[in-house]
Amino acid sequence: MAANRALDLEAFAAGKTAQAQREVIDRHSVIVRATHWINALCLTLLLMSGLRILAAHPALYWGNYGYYGVPSWISISDTFDDVTAREIGVTRVGDYSFDTTGILGVGYNSDGRPVVRAFPRWMTLGAGLGIARDWHFFLAWAFVINGTVYLLAGFLSGHFRRDLAPSTGELRAQHILRDLLDHLRLRHGRGEAAKRYNVLQKLAYLTVVFVLLPVMVVSGLTMSPAVTAAFPFLFDVFGGRQSARTIHFIAANLLLIFVLVHVIEVLLSGAFNLMRSMITGRYAVGPEEPA
Amino acid sequence: MSLRITRRRVLTGGTALGMGLLTGCDGRASDAPIQRLFDFGQFLSLHGQRLLLSAQPLVREYSPADISPDFPPNGTEMPDGEDYFRMATSEFASWRLVIDGLVRNRLSLSLGEFKKLPARTQITMHSCDEGWSAIGQWKGVQLSHVLRMAGLMPQARYLVFHCLDQMDDGEFYYESIDLFDAFHPQTILAYGMNGHDLPVAHGAPLRLRVERQIGYKHAKYIARIEAVEKLERFGLGRGGYWPDRGYQWYAGL
Ligand code: HEM
Repeated sequence: MAANRALDLEAFAAGKTAQAQREVIDRHSVIVRATHWINALCLTLLLMSGLRILAAHPALYWGNYGYYGVPSWISISDTFDDVTAREIGVTRVGDYSFDTTGILGVGYNSDGRPVVRAFPRWMTLGAGLGIARDWHFFLAWAFVINGTVYLLAGFLSGHFRRDLAPSTGELRAQHILRDLLDHLRLRHGRGEAAKRYNVLQKLAYLTVVFVLLPVMVVSGLTMSPAVTAAFPFLFDVFGGRQSARTIHFIAANLLLIFVLVHVIEVLLSGAFNLMRSMITGRYAVGPEEPA
Repeated sequence: MSLRITRRRVLTGGTALGMGLLTGCDGRASDAPIQRLFDFGQFLSLHGQRLLLSAQPLVREYSPADISPDFPPNGTEMPDGEDYFRMATSEFASWRLVIDGLVRNRLSLSLGEFKKLPARTQITMHSCDEGWSAIGQWKGVQLSHVLRMAGLMPQARYLVFHCLDQMDDGEFYYESIDLFDAFHPQTILAYGMNGHDLPVAHGAPLRLRVERQIGYKHAKYIARIEAVEKLERFGLGRGGYWPDRGYQWYAGL
């Protein structure tokens, strides 16, 4: 990104200083843009079909085995409440149980009657477990192929080194702290600074691309008995099949948190301009100081 | 491969098949265009994993201390009908395992005869498509041994397991695997579990262990193994009770 496209020649001819110009740059290569949106679509649908699969056995364990009867660290269930004489949804995390009727465990169908189901219908993809698995595995392939294209292009074009790797200066505690304060005060880079990702943004993207997403893939593969036949050490990496399932779930939640923050940041820092840059590539950079 | 069969079947199967699948437990319309994407996904999974497994590695085997305290039965836990009940209450004296189809010697073995064949014992993890898993010890005969006794004909490509349990819709359970899995050393026909005879809830007297695949491939209550070239003529043509109802035939993940 940040390849100058066109200076405002008219303004230049009028003798204004370069800093006062509105400048349009090519922010994102076509591969970054295309793979980004394919990835966003895949991850959204993977999350939804994954929730439908989880709904078939909404309890998570640690170790190799886990089934109803083995202590789970998190579960969604339903129970009949004698006091109110109605079915309630219970979500339990460790020793803490919450009544989540209407959201998790027990919901209401269109005519208002309670139904036992782990997640609301709108959150899930696939009418049954079989079709949810169809979706999930097809999307996983699409995601992996798309991600491979992004990674190859990122390394070969120098995008990762140039745009995502923080410089040593950026990694100084002082710099990171100032960046953090700028974020909290919702102050965004202008001029030259707006052409590059800031250091927190870089670290967030690097974590997603090189930690969270690979963990998603490998923990998912560890649940496959054919993959662990070829690579039994994967059980040792994660601490067992059920641990891999737990880590798959936690990593998915961390990704969800990233996406929420990511979208909020885009909305707060010039949504139109940034979205245009991620769709068409073009990004307008304003003057260094507000006029 | 089964994928080709699937599509042809879907194209020619007509309304009856379409409706059958539509009203299946999945509410799935199998002739929807999206099915082509799913079939493509299954194609990648099957061939990708077969590439990884070309050297036929063994799945991890555990020690007796790793066996899970319990092992939830799934699917049928007690087949309906008097025939099975009578068999089960007489120690399966009248049960026979028939191996036929594309074989040179049709076999019919009693449980006693079957148990005299060389046994293999393995402690492995069972992974259900719902997400849970359990570890158990299985004792049985390698399927490859039985197939060598019967002598497969060169056209044989799949083995269909015909089971004694009827599902809620009245269909008998069946499953199928190809020769790649059939000849894997850990693919066994198990009559023992955790040091005892296989319990009824787990498929007595005989069930399949096909360790590199998910739970529903491990057919229980087996009475007959048929060697075939194509899976089209069984059930709805997708190679198994659950595959007919929207689950993938290849369940390596
Ligand atoms: C669904 C999961 C998502 C993931 C994992 C994700 C991840 C990323 C990553 C890694 C980058 C940096 C790409 C690079 O330079 O190589 C990025 C940029 C960007 N993303 Fe996302 N994204 C997701 C969803 C979204 C959504 C839903 C939006 C819409 C609001 C969005 C809008 C953007 C924009 C505008 C940029 C460019 C930011 C800039 O130029 O400063 N992303 N995203």
